[in-house]
Amino acid sequence: MQTRSVNISVGLFVMLGVAALIFLALQAGNLATFRRGESYEISAKFDNIGGLKDRAPIKSAGVVVGRVAGIGFDDQTYQAVVRLQLDKRYAFPKDTSAAILTAGLLGEQYVGLNAGGDPDNLEPGARISSTQSAVVLETLISQFLFKSAADAGGGKKENAQ
Amino acid sequence: MTALLDRLDLLGARVIGLLAMLGEGAMLFFRLLTRGLGAFARPRLVIDQIHFIGNYSLVIIAVSGLFIGFVLGFQGDYILSRYGTEQSVGLLVALALLRELGPVVSALLFAGRAGTSLTAEIGLMKAGEQLAAMEMMAVDPVQRVLAPRFWAGVIAMPVLASVFSAVGILGGWLISVKLIGIDAGAFWGQMESGVDIFTDIGNGLLKSVVFGFIVTFIALREGFIAAPTPEGVSRATTRTVVIASLLVLGVDFVMTALMFR
Repeated sequence: MQTRSVNISVGLFVMLGVAALIFLALQAGNLATFRRGESYEISAKFDNIGGLKDRAPIKSAGVVVGRVAGIGFDDQTYQAVVRLQLDKRYAFPKDTSAAILTAGLLGEQYVGLNAGGDPDNLEPGARISSTQSAVVLETLISQFLFKSAADAGGGKKENAQ
Repeated sequence: MTALLDRLDLLGARVIGLLAMLGEGAMLFFRLLTRGLGAFARPRLVIDQIHFIGNYSLVIIAVSGLFIGFVLGFQGDYILSRYGTEQSVGLLVALALLRELGPVVSALLFAGRAGTSLTAEIGLMKAGEQLAAMEMMAVDPVQRVLAPRFWAGVIAMPVLASVFSAVGILGGWLISVKLIGIDAGAFWGQMESGVDIFTDIGNGLLKSVVFGFIVTFIALREGFIAAPTPEGVSRATTRTVVIASLLVLGVDFVMTALMFR
């Protein structure tokens, strides 16, 4: 009887650990949205990927349809090559365009897919030809500043005349 | 001249002593790993030890996890609300617990709760010449006494760390959602999108397994090499906590640097 109660409590202990892990994986982790095997891979070239990271989400119409599988550099065209792993359930037309977008003003960057109208779908290994680079905030700010400075300068000239 | 030679003599003796200690420790470790697997031929011994090491540590681990989760909830809300991002307090609590606090704090508690009792037990066995008596009867004390405790510790540690993290996240949820009033959907949603199952949960689990090896091994070794006197056992128990805690913190730093760059 003594060994039996010890056995049961040890069994409960280990079960508790497994339950805690499952709780962490399901509730805190992304196990529910994580799939492997049922996916296909395409690639896209971007002039600038900004802060895009490995395993960043790929969204179409705001829904996560895949993850970034890898980021490389092409030293012939000096562009970034991003491998996109898409869920097998979702097929996209051949003329789909990809853009690197930012969630919120300072949020994480992700790849957005805009479906086109081509009757044929993207095959595994295909390349998305129309891409839009990441918007780099510093560039945007400096453009704005230069523009406003130029406007101010121009305004003065006009006043002087 | 002789003074210099004396110094050199002392230095050499220190280095050789250090190397001998390390080598002895490594040999014991490999004996535990290889021959220690024979402990599973008698699972009864391992199960009894898991019961003693694991089940009895559960209360302190769960209570500590709960309170650390409470504090993380308060602190996270306090700091994040300055930037207007208190919605992501769930992510903060989960990442802090899964990556660092869960494995490390439960390893420190484990060293204090289970490690000391292991050291004292083995040390007293040695002081009472029970280990020597076993050897006389051709029973290997490493296999019969140390190995079941070693594997029980290695098995119990990841379980305890997982419980710690899970209870801590629940504690953070209680404070930030139930008490402070952060939206529950944002709490869990931010957590789910920000926690990665391999980099965060997997690496945290790996850490806790490594800490299980470290703490249990240090505890057993200190007991095994303790001077067979009451004073020796008390010193060995103190050393167990000091060495195991420092090693856990140091190894945690190295593993964090390697895992999450």
